[in-house]
Amino acid sequence: MTTIVIEPVRSEKNYWHDLWRFRELFLILAWRDLSVRYKQTVIGILWAILRPLLTMVVFTIIFGRIAGLPSDGNAPYTLLVFAAMLPWSLFSNALMESSNSLINNANLIGKVYFPRLIIPAATIVTAFIDFIIGFIILAGMMIYYHFTPDWQFVYLPGFILLSLLASLGPGLWITALNVKYRDFRYIIPFIVQFGLYISPVGFSSKVVPEGWRLIYSLNPMVGVIDGFRWCILGGNSTIYLPGFLLSLALITFFLWQGISRFRKMEKTFADLI
Amino acid sequence: MSNIVIKAENLGKKYIIGHQTDRGGYTALRDVLMQNARTMWKKTKDLATGKPIIQGDTMEEVWALRNVSFEIRQGEAVGIIGRNGAGKSTLLKILSRITEPTTGQIAISGRVASLLEVGTGFHPELTGRENIYLNGTILGMTRREIKRKFDEIVAFAEVDKYLDTPVKRYSSGMYVRLAFAVAAHLEPEILLVDEVLAVGDAQFQKKCLGKMGDVAKEGRTVLFVSHNMGAIQMLCQKSMLLKNGKLVMIRDAGDAIAQYLSDSRKDREGQIKLAPTGSDAFFTAISIRNSSGEICSEIDVSLPLTISFEYKILRPIQGLEVSFSLFNQYGSKIFYCPQSGSIHQHENEYPHGEYVGSVAIPGNFLAPGNYTISAGIHKPNIQLFDGRQHVIGFQIVECGSQHYAFSGQDIGSVLVDLPWMVRCLSDGENVSFN
Repeated sequence: MTTIVIEPVRSEKNYWHDLWRFRELFLILAWRDLSVRYKQTVIGILWAILRPLLTMVVFTIIFGRIAGLPSDGNAPYTLLVFAAMLPWSLFSNALMESSNSLINNANLIGKVYFPRLIIPAATIVTAFIDFIIGFIILAGMMIYYHFTPDWQFVYLPGFILLSLLASLGPGLWITALNVKYRDFRYIIPFIVQFGLYISPVGFSSKVVPEGWRLIYSLNPMVGVIDGFRWCILGGNSTIYLPGFLLSLALITFFLWQGISRFRKMEKTFADLI
Repeated sequence: MSNIVIKAENLGKKYIIGHQTDRGGYTALRDVLMQNARTMWKKTKDLATGKPIIQGDTMEEVWALRNVSFEIRQGEAVGIIGRNGAGKSTLLKILSRITEPTTGQIAISGRVASLLEVGTGFHPELTGRENIYLNGTILGMTRREIKRKFDEIVAFAEVDKYLDTPVKRYSSGMYVRLAFAVAAHLEPEILLVDEVLAVGDAQFQKKCLGKMGDVAKEGRTVLFVSHNMGAIQMLCQKSMLLKNGKLVMIRDAGDAIAQYLSDSRKDREGQIKLAPTGSDAFFTAISIRNSSGEICSEIDVSLPLTISFEYKILRPIQGLEVSFSLFNQYGSKIFYCPQSGSIHQHENEYPHGEYVGSVAIPGNFLAPGNYTISAGIHKPNIQLFDGRQHVIGFQIVECGSQHYAFSGQDIGSVLVDLPWMVRCLSDGENVSFN
């Protein structure tokens, strides 16, 4: 029989072990979020297809046709946009879902114990499923354009993971802060809306003048999106290495900060929520 | 002697709450703006330093629990009793690791499941079947465990017809039954239960209490918060009495309950003094006494109580009547009890003087619940000298009669024990189940 000791401000040694022990809860919470997602909607799962498609159409028209921005190499502009839409919506959905997750599950937090990290982590699964649907659309478009990816394509899973981690870090931080200060629930939609335009989603990051690229890469999603384009569009796109390393460092920093802040505040959630 | 599974030492939990100070007089818009600016500045400062936002201007530390130490052995069923705000729920929350203590230490050996609410995490859009899995996992069961007990849970909840209906379409009774059925099939080594049995219809409540009793008999440790003294007495050998965050005693369940009731006796008013009304006959005091003659407003259901009316009559009055009516908690009149039936006739003259009139209500007569008394001195249909509506109240408390399982349910206001005669129609024999 295991004995646990409860004491004030004591970081538990078996926290990560506990996290593993509660894996079924993680799965069932993710499944719950997924299955209630499109309940009582008419077109249901079609929403997951329509939203990115329509955004892509609008961006292609505005940036590609009206603004006349160049594509990467000879890749079709629609593909250029969609290859960036995928990681961006993965990031923004995951960030939005996870940052409101603790508040949305306040009833659980006040009534049962489990490692709270499970809640924001489970919401990210929903964003990931949407991503997979988007990815199938991308595959269809590549077939339509007779566009075959190059060898770089094998690195794609790495960039998917990177995009998830990029959202998890700030997501954890914000959701924990959200418990104390509800201001953050109003900040996130703003950040996401804003981020769509300052990240290279509707245009190629080559458009940014050379001298500004490092500063531009302070937005961690720049590295991730460039990586996606590099994988999908092959030789047409390149990665700006210093910028990419900077993005990588920032993602790691935010992830570490997010987890440690979350862990620190975790024990007071039930009292504050 | 079985081993200790929960050992708490010097447990304390502090909360900080804010109060809004009330500034008298009128407030100018300028003051309000200034005040808002100041609080916003303060809150921003708090945010930067990571302090929680506290609404209000003054802060107060409140110890919800202080210096609580106890030991609980394996297989013990322990009741936790105390008034609202005594710290019962806080204690359970700390034990179940939902919130952490401010001081002290607890060592717990074994798998803990806490049941602080029925149906935690139920999602209205999901079906009954899906919610069984969801809720079961949240309460700490594994998928395999739920699968194994699934049929049992469904049978217990009596919802098999609606398993694939979203629970938002359930009646509230069905919802609660399903929720409790899942919880009842938890098999932890230590079970923490907050006031959750006070739900559902009487029959289901009885079933739940039975299930709880089984859990305790199987050698699991149960901690059980309830206001239902009958249930505590029935299920628990030991009981913990909390008062204002402190542990008063942990002892035999009967002793702790007796102490709890006598505490609340001292605290509550069982007597009311009344000022003269200016008429020629009026009440001066009304009091409720228990069987030992103490003034008190909580009465054990099995013991008698006495209601005493003190009144003054300033001049002899022809045909005077002193009477009272008893009302239940829903405001329905249970009975009307006039004095004339026992001593006076209406045509007689009531001499002036000071009087005390008492009526004894026998034990096992009024059902547990809250009652109020209206009293009057009058000439029926002619003149009212003093009429007091719902002037005093008392509570009949369940302390382990055969009706304990129905606590909180409407079983009427009067307890009866009338014999039933049952004849089987097929063979004409009288039936006796004993």
